[in-house]
Amino acid sequence: MTTSSPSKVHVTTTINGQQHELLVPPYMSLLDTLRELIGLTGTKEGCLDGNCGACTVNLDGRVVDSCLVLGAEVNGKNVNTVEGMATPAGLHPLQQAFLEEAALQCGICTPGFLVAAKGLLDNEPSPSEGRIRHWLAGNLCRCTGYDKIVRAVQKASK
Amino acid sequence: MHPFAYVAPGTVDEAVAVLTKHGNRARPLAGGTDLLVKARANVWELDAVVDIKNIPELMSLSVNGGGISIGAGVPCYQVYGNSTIAAEYPAIVDGSSIIGGIQIQSRAGLGGNLCNAAPSGDGICPLIVHSAVAHIAGPKGKREVAVEDFCTGPGRTVLQPGELLVSIEVPKAPANSGAAYTRFIPRNEMDIAVAGVGVLVVLDSSGKKFKSARIALASVGPVPIFAKAAGESLAGKPVDDKSIAAAAALARKAASPITDMRGTIEQRRHLVEVLTSRMINKAAERARG
Repeated sequence: MTTSSPSKVHVTTTINGQQHELLVPPYMSLLDTLRELIGLTGTKEGCLDGNCGACTVNLDGRVVDSCLVLGAEVNGKNVNTVEGMATPAGLHPLQQAFLEEAALQCGICTPGFLVAAKGLLDNEPSPSEGRIRHWLAGNLCRCTGYDKIVRAVQKASK
Repeated sequence: MHPFAYVAPGTVDEAVAVLTKHGNRARPLAGGTDLLVKARANVWELDAVVDIKNIPELMSLSVNGGGISIGAGVPCYQVYGNSTIAAEYPAIVDGSSIIGGIQIQSRAGLGGNLCNAAPSGDGICPLIVHSAVAHIAGPKGKREVAVEDFCTGPGRTVLQPGELLVSIEVPKAPANSGAAYTRFIPRNEMDIAVAGVGVLVVLDSSGKKFKSARIALASVGPVPIFAKAAGESLAGKPVDDKSIAAAAALARKAASPITDMRGTIEQRRHLVEVLTSRMINKAAERARG
């Protein structure tokens, strides 16, 4: 067994519109890269195996589980996290709708739901309830229940 | 997790060289939805992962010679979002659109599903019924293996150390054919098949007789099962309840399930029979357009 750690990977990536240059341990997940190297702790760790969606981020226009992406893989790519949703003008309509519909209790799943739902509404502004439920099947909530979350997404739909 | 190096070659040859150097201590990284889970759980102790997403052949989806070529790293959403696949290979859409949720489908692909070789792999049976062929590159050159012969046991495949799945080639669907895949799960989404069945039928021009059929079964044996006799029993038979029931009974016989947390032997055999009937009917319906 080798005792020396494999060398770090040089990564240039755009996160929430801002360019970052990083040296990433090759086995570090995108989730840990965001939280520990960049300090963006809005993205949450849940199951660490792709079941719960708490760590959902947007990678080049597609929602992904950041626990199942390596930081080394995002060289040259665009990553968007929950921190990129609100603007100086105010909350994103989804965030506002989650507040108004009380679509969260403990909040651990919320960033993942918001980023996943944004991935849907960015491409399909008026999805059916069935479509919303299908799209969000990869996001688990253990306390609110899904009705309020689905209602919030419907409220933010056009 | 054992610390591994990250390599992202731009060609098949370079990828094969790295895989050959490390033997079973390196793995190709496509979507990572199985690899990173296994590495984290220390099922695999890896010295290197070989990201194949910079290799054009592994990332292209193209229509050629009437069939389609699906690069081993093409993610599911691109597979089921492809207009040719949607129009001509609906069983492949059926399978690729139920692997995980949206996040998983953004990354996971049919190549990884095949190489992961889970008996429950929803992407595999549709490929088997379509007579798909795995194109492999390795230190000794290229070779081709029919998808039904690719998996050799749970998590095991024909791939030898240093070998890499490059693409899955699916021949043109025959005239008057239709195909379908479904699985039984106790939820609506995000689950692993208790049993799954894929069927392709070719009808005669009247649409009333089967010319040939291929049937494949998921989650009811150590590998996805090509139920050859069940499919062949339909050749020349009228499209009616009797021939379909006879084929479904043969599919049930071809299953060799175990009892586990997802279901019992008896339940799985029953499911195979029921799902086979349903999928033959659905495939025939699709064949008639």
